[in-house]
Amino acid sequence: MISSLAPLGLCAYIAASCLLAFYFPQSVLAFLLVEASLLLLYYVPATAKVKGFLGALVLLVLLPFLGSVNGYYLEVAIQIGIFVALALGLNIVVGFVGLLNLGFVAFYAIGAYLWAVFGSPQANAFISGGLFPLSPNWFFVFLLLSIVVGALTGVLLGLPVLRLRGDYLAIVTLGFAEVVRALVNNLDKPINFTNGPRGITPIEKPPLFFQPLLEFLGLQVTHAKLYPLYFYFLILSMVFIIIVVTRRLENSRVGRAWKAIREDEIAAAAMGVPVVRMKLLGFAVGASFASAVGVLFAAKQVFINPESFTFMESIGVLAMVILGGMGSVPGAILGATGVTILNLQLLKGLSLWLNGLRQSGAEFVIPLIGSYPLSQLPAQFEPAKYERMVFGLILMLMMIFRPQGILPPRQEPRK
Amino acid sequence: MYALIALGYTMVYGVLEFINFAHSEIFVLGAFVGVEVLLLLQSAGQLSTLHPVFVLFLVIATGMIISGLSAMALERVAYRPLQGGPRLVALISAIGASFFLQDGLRLFESLWRNTFYLNYPSMEILDQAISLAANLVIPVKSLLVIGTALLTLLGLHFFVNRTRIGTAIRAVAQDPDTASLMGVPVNQVIALTFFVGGALGGLAGVLFGLHYSLVNPYSGFIPGMKAFTAAVLGGIGNIPGAMLGGMLLGLLEAFAASYLSLLTDGAFGAEYKDVVAFLVLILILIFRPKGLLGETVRESKA
Repeated sequence: MISSLAPLGLCAYIAASCLLAFYFPQSVLAFLLVEASLLLLYYVPATAKVKGFLGALVLLVLLPFLGSVNGYYLEVAIQIGIFVALALGLNIVVGFVGLLNLGFVAFYAIGAYLWAVFGSPQANAFISGGLFPLSPNWFFVFLLLSIVVGALTGVLLGLPVLRLRGDYLAIVTLGFAEVVRALVNNLDKPINFTNGPRGITPIEKPPLFFQPLLEFLGLQVTHAKLYPLYFYFLILSMVFIIIVVTRRLENSRVGRAWKAIREDEIAAAAMGVPVVRMKLLGFAVGASFASAVGVLFAAKQVFINPESFTFMESIGVLAMVILGGMGSVPGAILGATGVTILNLQLLKGLSLWLNGLRQSGAEFVIPLIGSYPLSQLPAQFEPAKYERMVFGLILMLMMIFRPQGILPPRQEPRK
Repeated sequence: MYALIALGYTMVYGVLEFINFAHSEIFVLGAFVGVEVLLLLQSAGQLSTLHPVFVLFLVIATGMIISGLSAMALERVAYRPLQGGPRLVALISAIGASFFLQDGLRLFESLWRNTFYLNYPSMEILDQAISLAANLVIPVKSLLVIGTALLTLLGLHFFVNRTRIGTAIRAVAQDPDTASLMGVPVNQVIALTFFVGGALGGLAGVLFGLHYSLVNPYSGFIPGMKAFTAAVLGGIGNIPGAMLGGMLLGLLEAFAASYLSLLTDGAFGAEYKDVVAFLVLILILIFRPKGLLGETVRESKA
């Protein structure tokens, strides 16, 4: 009885939260409720068909619609998508194979710069002929290319370092990420490859291959409105593809080999698992995901510089994977969504709220002790600037109290 | 300088076989304690009246004690609950602690001083220079750093190899289970190791602050990485090794900074000195993971 009622209740919830978000477009809370509906969907007992239908309804219809009302929602959704894709990539490396990669952002940067250099006038600086920027149609070619390049760099880095023990590997990958960032930062001379710290702009956006179709349907959408929607669907399909690939890998020979390595490397080797080759494969798959996301990121941002690819980002993605649960696909998605919302919406909202308090001149009264004028709250006290603290806390607390994450993989790992 | 921080890494690694990621934050903490003590003295008007050697001693001592204590606290909170678990778990917790401390320090300083970039007040004695020969002038600052590093190395060597506590530390490093059967209080020894490692980090932090005079909560990351490189270079867990590694890395970096652009005809300049340090780390780990002076690292299961 309950199981048949639950989907109905969920529908009502989705409808209610969407209405709220529609009528209060400024409210962070209302949008959070919409986002929460997807989480509920995961827990509610229902058949796969019902779940799939409702999920598709929210993701494909309701969210884009809300986003076209309030562009900020769509922006948040795109950011979440990017981080979900990154977290899924890192989840393969850390969660399945059990290799702590602290330099994941390096592959992301490689992908981003791949498209940024050739998709902007930047490449003219070292290839003569004025061929660049390449036309937007090359975007998808570069998306594929980035997968190859990402996998290659993953293998190149992996070959020498994968024989190292876990903690050394962490440091080496961290060093690698710093080297990549330093190179990107300084390769504006002798030959100007990356334009150094000033970054690259403008980067071409992906092609609007469906524009004729829209015109045929009689839809007139301005570019300013169309691009966010377009990116939203691009990242959504990318996440979808990544999920499918990850799922297939997880339940294949390769996935089982990875988990065997994670649990006990020596036993796995004794059972005939080609340890180094499997580790390399995991490294390469994760790297290629990150690299492909990087291409999309560059195209979305139009401007990139080395600042976007710091150690912070690696740790952020790691925090997402850890929070959700290492080795769990729903966990990685939940972790990425949660942390991104925390960063983009909750912390910023809190900062705005504190600013408001500061300006309102209200006083914080503690009975018996006295009152504290809130306008004197130091300007440095701004939650949005303390994301490192949040990441650090997540990592520490999760490790101490719930190392398996919020949504651990369904198959409990053997002890 | 790197040698000093590297000593802290090596102490903790030698005992626990565990990379203390938050060591660089302990180091920065030392630098901040140093600057706070100096600033407090300055605002009390005592900085110029007290004898400079006494001031230096005071600053270094407080920096060491506070850093050491916080390293112990860190061990208590973030690492001890995870002992015996997989190595990765403790490592991730350490990274978390490191990030937490960075912003915690920033929050504290922002509320307290309204800025988190702090300048060391200048001390006359440190700004002087001693000239040994016509064109060989050594600033007092550098002498202080080198002298302290050497003294610390000797002291540490004596402490670890000649005292009862040192013996206990080495016993725990070799085999915690057997050590505990022999009546060594393992947890206390580990805490003590963290204290010593933290105090060394704090010392290095104060010296760093005195030398470069500007600190911020994030200034520990790069020195921390390099100190780790130095520790690995010399053979991690090995005290003279850390010293040697630190010196080699420092020299290498200084040479890279001044000669790289000459060697490559101006193509690569001093900005690549960080890259050089990391490349050294990667190369060492690949070709000689046990370091220059290292014993074989036990290949235990991760």
